[in-house]
Amino acid sequence: MTETLFMNVAIFVLSLLVGFEVISKIPSTLHTPMMSGSNAIHGVVIAGAIATAAVANTPTGYVLTFIAAALASANVFGGYVVTDRMLRMFKKPQPVTPTAHGTKP
Amino acid sequence: MTLVQISTGVIFLIAAILFVVGLHQMRTPASARRGNLISAAGMVASVGATLVYSIISSRGGTFGWIALVLGIALGASFGIIRARRVKMTAIPQLVSVFNAVGGGAAAAIAIADFLTRTATVRLPLSSSIPIILDVIIGSVSLSGSLIAAGKLQGILPGKPIQFPGSRVVNILVVIVALGAGVLAILVPRSTLLLLIVLVAALLFGVLMVLPIGGADAPVVVSLLNALTGLAVAMAGFVIDNQAMVIAGALVGSAGTILTLQMAKAMNRSVGSIMLGGFGTWDAGATSVTTDADTANVRQVTADDVGIQLAYAQHVIVVPGYGLAAAQAQHEVAELAKLLTDHGVDVKYAIHPVAGRMPGHMNVLLAEANVPYTQMLQLEDANPAFDACDVALVIGANDVTNPAARRAGNPVSGMPILDVDHAKSIVVIKRSMSPGYASIPNELFTNPRTGMLFDDAKKGLSDITAAVKEYATA
Repeated sequence: MTETLFMNVAIFVLSLLVGFEVISKIPSTLHTPMMSGSNAIHGVVIAGAIATAAVANTPTGYVLTFIAAALASANVFGGYVVTDRMLRMFKKPQPVTPTAHGTKP
Repeated sequence: MTLVQISTGVIFLIAAILFVVGLHQMRTPASARRGNLISAAGMVASVGATLVYSIISSRGGTFGWIALVLGIALGASFGIIRARRVKMTAIPQLVSVFNAVGGGAAAAIAIADFLTRTATVRLPLSSSIPIILDVIIGSVSLSGSLIAAGKLQGILPGKPIQFPGSRVVNILVVIVALGAGVLAILVPRSTLLLLIVLVAALLFGVLMVLPIGGADAPVVVSLLNALTGLAVAMAGFVIDNQAMVIAGALVGSAGTILTLQMAKAMNRSVGSIMLGGFGTWDAGATSVTTDADTANVRQVTADDVGIQLAYAQHVIVVPGYGLAAAQAQHEVAELAKLLTDHGVDVKYAIHPVAGRMPGHMNVLLAEANVPYTQMLQLEDANPAFDACDVALVIGANDVTNPAARRAGNPVSGMPILDVDHAKSIVVIKRSMSPGYASIPNELFTNPRTGMLFDDAKKGLSDITAAVKEYATA
């Protein structure tokens, strides 16, 4: 038990450091999608709902499994869909088509 | 170690790499969408490995799996429908709702685990500490995020809500939550103590966010996002799932950095935001223009502006909250396209706090098909104003006030857009009313500034019509 705990604590601390390093500087242009994208990542809590389902054997356990599954899947599905919807709109400029009004007066 | 454990571990490692690479790619607009998809692949890997492992090691009954499937069906349909239908102006509150459900799920997992433990003995510290931390952080995130979403949606008043002695009540609630938490760790499993922790933490979430002003709410949403990440990491400790520990910690630290950067962009400190009592919405739209206000300003008509724009070479549009409030992003994009077709160089200068939260204006403009290469950040926009013929300010106020360069006023030191460096300036605004900082904007009385008093949407349509008429004449 203690071994597992130490391993998990090490993983936790190293992940915190990686998180700080990877997101050291974000252009303000992407603050909103970035927040939504990291929001989707904590939807990994759905893995916890699955693990809870595997050991549930009381009515309370089933209810809590249902609650955890419903909340977590709203987070993970909604989070990724809305982030993708936002980022899909960030487009490169289309090639400019020359028009008759192109000359300056 | 069994084969299943080894393969689960390997898949979790791959998932962790995908999350990190995905987050990294989200730093530039060109690769951001791919980054999100890479992170989604990491999610599929984490969940898939957990699913296989859980099915093999399952100790519970079929009912647990039925509850899981029903829950996922309900949650996924809610999440996907909301994500597809939400208006881009309402993104901040949706993100907040997703924070709330994530925190709630993490808390539910810890409670479920707690209840499966033997009642007569004390839990090992390696379980009880993360369980209590998970319940506290997850519950604060759940109730706090719902309050923040309510403020952003306008269901709750945006102004700070405080009552006499609210600080004392806050401290008492924290003491109860922490005290009951420590006790729950020390004594044999007590459901009552866990319930006290849960209720006190939920109450604290509400009390923490209520005194925060609506304009500051986005920073709080970002902070709660980081907290939810930590709650998920704690849940990972509770059920010994490394994918959750890694992903939760990544969100925790990435969310913290994002929170600090957002607060900096809004010229606020996280500390002063959390103390509350500031940050009410710009109420400018409701006040009426009086003759006295407009005595020193040069008023212009939409026709004047149209001709001025059509003759210009470099135009910079400065969109602000007023544009988002009037939902006029499509009108401004139409005008910009018309001018571009006419040979005018059009760029957008976007202040970090334009829109309802940092980066929100970029999303709104992207929705109206404005290419991201036309959107200039503050640092790139300011040198561009020197060569700019017409700066078109729409619904932005304090972020353009030259008074920020001087000491001794509410906007002093705030990073501003150097709109006054442009050869000529046009401001579309409903009235002379001051912005959030409640001080007059010197830009409006600048002799080179023309004021067009109108609603952003109508003003832009009129200008577009004028340019069209001129361009086809």
